[in-house]
Amino acid sequence: MPDPAIKSRPVYTGLQICLQAQSNLIALEGEGALALTDQVAAIGPAFLPRSDILYVATGSRPRGHGQTLQQLAPRSFWQAPSVPTLLTRLRAMLETATMGTRLYVAGTEGFIGQVVQLALDAGMDAASILTEHRGSLARRVQCVHCKGITEDVKVSPFACAHCGLKLFVRDHYSRRIAAFQGVNVDAEAPGTAPAPQELYP
Amino acid sequence: MSINTEMTLRVTAVTQVADNVRRFRLERPDGGPLPIFSGGAHVVVSMVDEGRLRRNPYSLMSPPNDTAAYEISVLRVEKSRGGSVFLHSHVKVGDTLAVSQPVNLFPLDHRGRKHLFFAGGIGITPFMAMMAQLEREGGAFELHYALRTRSHGAYWQELQQRYGTHRVKVYCDAENMSIPTARLLQYQPLGTHLYVCGPAGMIDATLASARNSGWPEQNLHFERFLAPPPGKPFRVVLQRSNVQIAVEEHQSILEAVEAAGVDAPFLCRGGACGQCETAVVRLDGTLEHNDHYLEEAEKASGKKLMICVSRFHGRELVLDL
Repeated sequence: MPDPAIKSRPVYTGLQICLQAQSNLIALEGEGALALTDQVAAIGPAFLPRSDILYVATGSRPRGHGQTLQQLAPRSFWQAPSVPTLLTRLRAMLETATMGTRLYVAGTEGFIGQVVQLALDAGMDAASILTEHRGSLARRVQCVHCKGITEDVKVSPFACAHCGLKLFVRDHYSRRIAAFQGVNVDAEAPGTAPAPQELYP
Repeated sequence: MSINTEMTLRVTAVTQVADNVRRFRLERPDGGPLPIFSGGAHVVVSMVDEGRLRRNPYSLMSPPNDTAAYEISVLRVEKSRGGSVFLHSHVKVGDTLAVSQPVNLFPLDHRGRKHLFFAGGIGITPFMAMMAQLEREGGAFELHYALRTRSHGAYWQELQQRYGTHRVKVYCDAENMSIPTARLLQYQPLGTHLYVCGPAGMIDATLASARNSGWPEQNLHFERFLAPPPGKPFRVVLQRSNVQIAVEEHQSILEAVEAAGVDAPFLCRGGACGQCETAVVRLDGTLEHNDHYLEEAEKASGKKLMICVSRFHGRELVLDL
């Protein structure tokens, strides 16, 4: 579970399906699929005919969930080849969505952050978005120097995927960017960065 | 101590705008500017009616950025406790009225991408100011306005002329028309906020329909001013002021407190805002909670009372005032 002591980190309160919702958009990544199957087991499948599921088999332990989700027989199911393609399709769906629509997001923190950011930009209200963290604690990190974003960061310090600087991962989350902040750790004496430690398995 | 600081304003125009609705234009006697307000704000007008002080809230309907005057519209309600009848029959151009600073308990949510207004009858007034504000700011809005007959409804023609019939829809009971609430709520874009002001039944039905369609609570806004309901007279002891007061049939506890010269906090005087919440020190009898501010558990506890609308029957009520 993500450390709740980090004040800037959003609280992921879990996928509570709203039965009054006219329409459900469900975006799942990797073992985030289990958050939905757990809900179906708990409250039954009645909401599925009003639900569109987008799934991407990335993040952590994405084994065979696509097939399980398809067998739930939702209104629509689409397995995206990557997170950006999932976001592109979701953006188009949000453009024509109406009030009474709920968005459910489950997966790693970086995935949740990007989906929530997209939905808020589309005008969706925070109260209509429900999130659940599942799987790896890997972080999405923005380099404060080059502004490049590195996905799936499990260690600190790490080398920025864009500019190569050794970045220390701070416990500072930006909802605007949907990423943690990475700051160069050996600026004064390049090459003296401490050995990376696996902090976010 | 009340946060209201009253202003003395002169009535500079009285206009009959519909069968039972009059508009009053209020200006500073020295011609100076009034405080600007935000759409949805109201003022509390004080009047002395047959020797009794009445303070009634009225929504401001003039454009919020217009500091030259405030305008209120008053529906004449015959079988009420006074106030509206007094304003209709006794107040004329040149008179002065004591008016509070504007207070807004029904503001626009500026995060909204679109603002959807449902008005019933005289409930149109706060939306007049909101629409003027949104028009100036370039905000998206739509008004659905239900009225009994076309001659009873105020302002519908001028609103349609000003904002267009695509944004102002009128539904008339006498013509068997009603707002198609469920259908309208089904097709609103993400980020729409709903605002409803009108009779209690209309507010309840609209909110229920929105909740059933999955609208989140945060997107629902309503203004529901209650007139203090009449009831049997009773007595109240104010512990800190060390006085016993009598609350008459057509008087609220708050009005009786004020008549006794004790200053109690208030804002809406309609059971909505929570400002006049008063602690009960001792109680032997039953509280009649008429507000819609306190939670059910708080009402049942018998420890608090909204003195603007609630009443009491029994042997003894001691309030912390």
